[in-house]
Amino acid sequence: MPETILDGARLERTIERLAHEVVQRVEDPEGLAVIGIRRRGVPLAHKLAAALRKDRGADDGWPPLGVLDITLYRDDLSMIADQPVVRRTEIDFDLEGKHVILVDDVLFTGRTVRAAIDALFALGRPARVELLVLVDRGHRELPIEAGYVGERIETERGDRVHVLLQEFDGRDGVEVVRGGAAQ
Amino acid sequence: MKEAPRAAWTRRDLLGLRELSAEEILSILDAAQGFADISTRSIRKVPTLRGRVVVNLFFEPSTRTRLSFSLAAQRLSADVLDFTTGSSSTVKGETLIDTAKNIEAMGVDVFVVRHSAPGAAAILSRNLEAAVVNAGDGAHEHPTQALLDLYTIRQKLGRFEGLHVAIVGDIGHSRVARSNIWGLLKLGAKVTVVGPPTLVPGRFAELGVEVSHDLDAVLPQVDVLNMLRIQRERQGTLNFPSSEEYTRLFGLTGERLKRAKPEVIVMHPGPINRGVEIAPEVADGPNSVILDQVAAGLAVRMAVLFLVSTGTRRDPPAQLPGVTSPGEAS
Repeated sequence: MPETILDGARLERTIERLAHEVVQRVEDPEGLAVIGIRRRGVPLAHKLAAALRKDRGADDGWPPLGVLDITLYRDDLSMIADQPVVRRTEIDFDLEGKHVILVDDVLFTGRTVRAAIDALFALGRPARVELLVLVDRGHRELPIEAGYVGERIETERGDRVHVLLQEFDGRDGVEVVRGGAAQ
Repeated sequence: MKEAPRAAWTRRDLLGLRELSAEEILSILDAAQGFADISTRSIRKVPTLRGRVVVNLFFEPSTRTRLSFSLAAQRLSADVLDFTTGSSSTVKGETLIDTAKNIEAMGVDVFVVRHSAPGAAAILSRNLEAAVVNAGDGAHEHPTQALLDLYTIRQKLGRFEGLHVAIVGDIGHSRVARSNIWGLLKLGAKVTVVGPPTLVPGRFAELGVEVSHDLDAVLPQVDVLNMLRIQRERQGTLNFPSSEEYTRLFGLTGERLKRAKPEVIVMHPGPINRGVEIAPEVADGPNSVILDQVAAGLAVRMAVLFLVSTGTRRDPPAQLPGVTSPGEAS
């Protein structure tokens, strides 16, 4: 049975809290940019951008929002083979000098983020990159940490963490399925 | 924000478009779109195939296809080897396999093969562990050329369903025509093949295309004109008209193009014979998408090299695809 960690309402509040933290800590809000990692980082990036606007009372158009596809930057082709769908990276603003908030759903081994950083620097040279994740579930294989974490969850390697999103699953939330074979 | 992924690609080879489903063709075109963006970045290279080796095994002369595959492989960070020989007529089946196995033993992951014998790529795929991409096998298929044509059509016109495409030239001997026919029909376009009766056999109708020997009659109806290259070396052989006669009846001149829809797109697989199958003012004119095709070729070949590298499924040995099909040149 899946164990519910966050329901839709709490997910929404978590995003608002994260947006507030970002606003508190960012020195130059005009230089801020939000980039979601495909797939599940993308709707979260949209939610974050909306929450940032609400927090600052800003207009549409801020912060600039982008989508990063990291398929081609993964370190293992056999991992891609299950779903070799290459999608477009959509970043239509100049990254030069930007303070980028990279958004993903779950931080696990850190390999996705490693690939995302490589993908980002192939596009330009941001001044600073920070990582924001909805869930940190531990078990890192690389020295990567998130600056902003919605929820830390104790997990075993074989547990599965599902971030559910309206766009893909019909509802928002976070669930954990305990047990199962280690990946 | 619907992102339902297409049916995943699982093949280890790209031998032709005949055996692909419409979904598989579209998944290549979708992937190519992602790869096209890479050419516009400040760093025009991705690390995806780092440490992999791609060999161009060409038994027929080719400059642009080989260059396009090489650059595509390099943009994916693969290492590229070139093996080119013009002596395909003396190479027997065994020697082809031996040659390839020798190269494979060096640790090659992908073979890009061009050969004058139909089915050469299929033979290699049955005898190698490495992935195989057909870059032209006799008059059989040239799948990446057709895929880049399809990519260009989709880019310019946004659809295939309901489009009418004319392929004009030496259809009987053309692998480009065959691959285009398979691809276009699967995606729902209507195809008319056009040329003199000696170059456009009537049996092509069995493939599901219209056959016409009158370009002027076809022109007003079509959305796409794909003008194939006339092989000058075939001139003077049986069945082939003089190039003056061909140009008079089938050459696409500015004057003739006025009969077509104003928004028609004009394609050509290159290299073009200016003034034979296509007039310079048309090749360089506003309807021409010839250079877009070249750019599309790079993106499509990156997508294909990537997809066959991730693929695991090797098709069971079948009889040579298409050898006995209607419209197939012997």
